[in-house]
Formats: sequence, structure tokens, C-alpha cells
Amino acid sequence: MKNSLHWREYLITRLFRISGYSAIVFVGMIFFFLLREGLPALGKVEFVSLFSARWYPIEEYFGILPLIGGSLIVTIGATLIAVPFGVGAAIYISEIAPRWMREILKPLVEVLGGLPSVVLGFLGILILSPYLRILLNLPTGLTALAGSLLLGGIAIPTVVSVSEDALDAVPKSYRDAALALGATEWQTIWRVTLPAARSGVLTAVMLGVGRAIGETMAVMMVTGNAAVLPKGLGALFAPARTMTATIAAEMGEVANGSVHYHVLFFIGIILFLISLVVNVTASTVVFRQRKRQERILS
Amino acid sequence: MNKISIENLTLHYSDDKESLQNISLGIPANAITVIFGPAGGGKSTLLRVLNRLNDLTDVSFMKGRVLIDNEDILDPRLDVITLRRRVGMVFARPVVLPMSIRQNLTYGLEVAGEKDKSKMDAAIERSLIQAALWDEVRDRLNDPAAALSGGQQQRLCLARVLALEPEVILLDEPTSGLDPISTGKVEESLQELKKTYTIVLVPHSVQQAARAADYAAFFLQGELVEFAQGDKLFTNPTDKRTQDYVEGRFG
Amino acid sequence: MTVTSTSQTRHTTQRLGFSLLTLMTLLTVVPIAVVVIYILFLGAPAISWEFVTGFPREGMRAGGIWPAIVGTLYLTLGTATFAVPLGIGAAIYLSEYAAENRWTRLIRIAIINLAGIPSVVYGLFGLGLFVLFMNFGTSILAGSLTLSIMTLPVIISTTEEALRAVPQAFRTVSISLGATQWQTIRRIVLPQALPGMLTGIILGLERAAGETAPILFTVAAFFLPRLPNSPLDATMALPYHLFVISTQVPGMPIKIQYGTALVLMVFVLSMNFIATTIRSRARARRQW
Repeated sequence: MKNSLHWREYLITRLFRISGYSAIVFVGMIFFFLLREGLPALGKVEFVSLFSARWYPIEEYFGILPLIGGSLIVTIGATLIAVPFGVGAAIYISEIAPRWMREILKPLVEVLGGLPSVVLGFLGILILSPYLRILLNLPTGLTALAGSLLLGGIAIPTVVSVSEDALDAVPKSYRDAALALGATEWQTIWRVTLPAARSGVLTAVMLGVGRAIGETMAVMMVTGNAAVLPKGLGALFAPARTMTATIAAEMGEVANGSVHYHVLFFIGIILFLISLVVNVTASTVVFRQRKRQERILS
Repeated sequence: MNKISIENLTLHYSDDKESLQNISLGIPANAITVIFGPAGGGKSTLLRVLNRLNDLTDVSFMKGRVLIDNEDILDPRLDVITLRRRVGMVFARPVVLPMSIRQNLTYGLEVAGEKDKSKMDAAIERSLIQAALWDEVRDRLNDPAAALSGGQQQRLCLARVLALEPEVILLDEPTSGLDPISTGKVEESLQELKKTYTIVLVPHSVQQAARAADYAAFFLQGELVEFAQGDKLFTNPTDKRTQDYVEGRFG
Repeated sequence: MTVTSTSQTRHTTQRLGFSLLTLMTLLTVVPIAVVVIYILFLGAPAISWEFVTGFPREGMRAGGIWPAIVGTLYLTLGTATFAVPLGIGAAIYLSEYAAENRWTRLIRIAIINLAGIPSVVYGLFGLGLFVLFMNFGTSILAGSLTLSIMTLPVIISTTEEALRAVPQAFRTVSISLGATQWQTIRRIVLPQALPGMLTGIILGLERAAGETAPILFTVAAFFLPRLPNSPLDATMALPYHLFVISTQVPGMPIKIQYGTALVLMVFVLSMNFIATTIRSRARARRQW
């Protein structure tokens, strides 16, 4: 009996440890398979032409710069929307809204986080882009701007919830102290609470940006998918094509093992590395902040 | 006859919060041994060594021997689970498990593999009587334990340990959060229980130490300053530091 | 005099600021409600017994979406089969067993990374590993595996949070009463953490159910008017179907599009609703 108990304990512990370490294995495997399928692109397409400005796979032009540019412009647009609105909403929810209001707002933001991006993309095609076309008098509403608006909406729940956590984590005593010194609530928010939650809000912004870069379906459906190298912010009002949309749209039609196939995987490597950098940086910001808090508290 | 012999025990945590410095101490069977002194002196640490709860914390260094019935309980080959059933522990804050009163009492037996319901019922009644709680809860054993008052919860925690029929009972400031009446009930039960069990008590005040102690050990900053019979140590201590503390001059 | 005037401007600033933030919040939140209600209203007329339980006909321009509903159901269940045990296991390891050392930090960084990888990259990975290398073909199995790795970080982090919320004192008491670590976890920690875990798991699966990009190249069939026979079959799925009928099929009746969007939205949001209900009820009942 005692022996079997020990064996069971040992076995269970092992199983848990394996599940824990599986996360590392998966990240490794993902990177490995991306490299395995993506690196051959470098051997088949010249480095210079891979980073050129022309993406036209049918004629073997694999310049990925327009795609990187497309991702960039759409993401910048999305960030310009998601950051002020997301952080603003987080401040409102955490600092200003009465309790009952908070109980309504938080689930609503969660609903937005849960809406499939394909549903948003669908509405983007049917409602947003025709509306934008008429409003801005454009030849087509399927533009980087439409993508940015949708992506902004998709990134907002991430920004709101992470910033709200950060604001929540600011000790109440900070606020009380500021208010006791005669600051208005508004001054307290700007000069005390928000600066104290700075690193958490920064994390929120980064994670939101990461979410925007990686989003696929909604962007693919509304940006018009023209692989043009954007020149300046005016490109917001023209069609664009992101890296994610390119993979999603073209992978289904390429022959496995073709140059095109490898190049699409190569784009996957770039996306993987971007998300790696964004998330690792964001998480070290969080870790550092937590350490500092621990030091203050202990 | 000593139930527990601590021989040259030295212990450090990795965060250097408390420590024990070369402690040697014999704890007699069927008596209440009080371990007292200012906070941070190593009292809780010593208690946690005795049923190896320290395994869960960050111990960076440990040397020496602790014998219970001449068996070294620090031996890595020792079966800790069995040890913890022999050496029960009551904590400062009453922590009832989030289940019914009955389940709290049978928890230790169930994890030990006991399935006989009549044995468990007998254990419930016996332990509740010993902890002076039987009359108050006999009709509502299936209620959630969290519904009990603080004093009742702490007596339930004591009963929960007694249900396992341990040999040694460790109590770490068991009355620190209780009102005087509940404190009195717990102290009374202890006087009754020492006939059957070896009791090691970390009291929450010098007064309680003096009231309860058959034997008393004064700990200061990880060192055992003095160990003697209770009446001797509290009326006529040998060490100046013990005297100062007992008379309330520090701590 | 000056004191009152600056205090007045201060309060005007505050009022302006609060109004601005309120406005921004409304601009964020109202469109969400509008989107939901809009789809509800335009989709409702399409909903009929035939639409929900029928097979698509006439190049998807008529008939129902039953195979897509079933496909999404299968994919969600398949994802749960792999992701739930693994996710709970990893969370238990991190919360109950792992020491704070370099390896544990590495696991955490890996989880954060998994959470951030774009969904279409998961699609590529699934294609490379499960569809081609392991030769599962485009199939429910390959799709479920891909989706479960994508869902894993959500399940791990929410489950770990739920486990950590259980007071440490319960564990200490249980151990002190002679329970082993696993007995402590199974009898004390897991039951207490269960509602929180369920919430996290359902929210994770919700994400899997609504995703399109990871299943594009691993499962999804453009048009397959029959139900899948085995895990190695391809299948239609709601999100992909919505994508197809709103971008790839000319002359698609708008009613069917909205109907499909509605069914997908209801599918996903009801999971969301269940998850949040479990969470709030458990909070109300909690004893600690």
C-alpha cells in the first residue's frame, strides 16, 4: 500500500512535469518546422530580390517588402486607434466608472474579445468599407484604413484588460495620499495612478500591437489585398496587403515544396520572430515591475 | 522518559529569516512542553522540523538529529507521511478546510486509506469530546466548517489532529486569535490531553506559557537559552535573559 | 481669490477629462453592442430548422449549414481532448510543483510566446507538422492538434491563476494531516479551483471555435456537403464557411451570410456566457 502510494506520487509528478515542459517543446517545434520549410526560400530566391519591392508570385517575383510595409501601415493605424481608446477605456473602467457601470462594461469588452475576427471582417466588407468609400470619397473602401479600424477594435480588449489589471494593481494608498494632499481625482489619475501603472500599460500596448500584427482574417477580408509598397501615411487610404493575409490567401493554392511555398513559410518565420520579440519584451517589463513591487512590499 | 530528543540541531533558511543554532533538547512524554520567547527566535521553525513541514519551505542548511522514540525523523529515507500522522500540528490561525465539519475530521483518516465508516464515526465523536466541541456541533456535523465561530474553528482544528490519534501534538500559538473563553477551553483540553499525548506548545503570551507549562524552553534568536521544569523556569530562572523576558523587560 | 479660481479651472479640467474618457469608452463599447444586435436582427430571418439542420445546396447559395456546425463542434471537442489535460497538467506543475528557477522561467516565457504567435503561423506549423510530416492530411485530427497548441497558453495561464487563488494554508493543513501532495491537489486544490479552471478552459475553447486562420490549411473544406466520418476526414467549419461565403462565392444571398454569422456568433458568445456565469456564481459562493 505504502509502496504503491509512492509510485503513484512519483508517476503523477512526472506527468505534470512533462506537461509543463511541453510548452517549451511546442515553441521549439513551431520554430523548427518554420525554419525547415522556410529557410529553403533563401536558397531558391536571391536575398536581394526577396527583399525587393515587387510581390508577384505568378511571375516568380517574391519581394516581401510590400507585405512588411502593408503589415506596418495597418498595424500603425490600429495602434493609433487601440492605444488611446483602449487605455482611455481602461482608465474609465478602473478609476471613474461607478460599480454598476463597470459590471456592464467589463463583460462587453470581453464579448468583443470573443467575437471571431471573421465575423468582424464580414461586417467590414458589408458595412464599414462601403461607408468609408462614400465618406472619404475613395475609389474603393477596401483599404489599409478599414483594416486598421477593425484591427484597432480587435486589439482593444487586450489593451483594456491588461491596462486595467495594471491600474488595479496600484495600491489604493497612493491614490488616497494624492487626494489627501488636495489633488483632484483627475490629477491623481494623471500624476499618480497612471505613472505608477506605467510599465503595465506599456505591456498592454505591446501585447495589443502584437495582437494586431498577427491578426489575419479580418485584415485579409477588408484591406483589398494589393501588394503595394506604402509610401507615407497616405497609404492608409489605399489598398494594402499584410504578411498574415498573404500567407492565408496564397498557401491554399501553392504546390507543396515550390518556391512560393517556401517563401510563405519564410514570411511565417518573420512573423514568429516579431511576435517573439514583442512578447518577450512585454513580459520582461511585467517581470521587472513585479520584482519592484515585491521589493517595495517586503 | 523523553519522547523527542533534539541533538545539535542547526538550521538556516535561504532568506535568513529565522534560524536554529545548535539546539539540544529533550521533550518529555505525556507533558506539556512550552517553547517560548520573542518573535523570530526559532519557535515555529522548531515545531515545523518536528513533523517535517519544513520540507515545504526553503531550508538552505540543516544539521543534527531529531529522534522520536529513538528514530531519526530527519533521515531522508523516513516516510514523512507516516511521521505527520504521528505528529499532528495546530496552527496559529484556525484553517478549516472548505468542506463540512465531518469531512474536516475524517480528512486525515481518509487520506490514510481508512474506509471503515464506523471507525470514522467513533473517531469523530472521540476527538470532538477531547477538544470540548462535541456538545456544540454534534447535531450539525454536515454543516460547512467555515460557518463555525473562530474559537470553534480552532477547536475543530485540534479535534482534526486528534482524530488521527497522533503521539505528539504541536500547537503554534493556537489561541492567538481567540477570545478569553475559547482560550480557556483550549487550555483546559490540553491539560486533559497531556495524559495521553506528548504536547509541544508555542504559547501566545508569557502568561499562557506559565499557566500551561510542565516544562519550558526559552528561545532567543535561534538559541536555546534555558530549559527547565515550568515552575522553576518561571519563578527562578538561571539565565539573566530568561528572567528579563519573563518579567516583561523586553520582547 | 486666486485659490478659488485655480480650483475652479482644476475642476473644469477634471470635468472635461472625465467627459472625454466617458466618450472614448462609449465609442469603444457601443459599437460592440451595435455589432451584436445588428447581426442578431439581420441574421434572425435566415434562421429556420432547415437552415440549421440542412445541407448546403446550389453551390451554398441555398439550404443549410449543418455540416459547418457539426465540423466546428468536432473541432472544439477535438481541441478540448488534447488541450485540456495537457493545459491542466502544465498549470498544476507550474502552480504546485515547479521551483522558481531558470527552467520554470523558460517555461513561462515559452507560454507567453505561444500566446503571442499569430494564428496564421499556427496554421503553417499545423500544415508542416501534422498535415504533411505526420501525414494526417487535412483532417479534423490535424486541425484539432493545431488549435489545441494555440489554445494551450490560455488554458495554462487561467488554470494556474485559479490554482494559485486557493489559499496556501489549505495545502499546509492538508500536508500536515498526512496527505501526500497529489492527495492535497486532488482533494483540496482542484475542487476549490474548479470553477476558475472551467471558466478559463471554456474561454480558451471559445477562441479555438471562432478561429479561421489555423484551420485554413489543416482541416477546412471549402464545400463538403456531408458529415465527416472519422477524425481523419476534412470538414467544413463555421468560421471558414463564413469567410468563404462572404468573399469567395459571387451572388451569395446576403440573408445566408448574416444567418451564418449569427450562428457562429451565438455559438461563440454562448460559450463566453457560460464561462462568465460559472465565474460569477463561484465567486458568490466561495467560502474563503
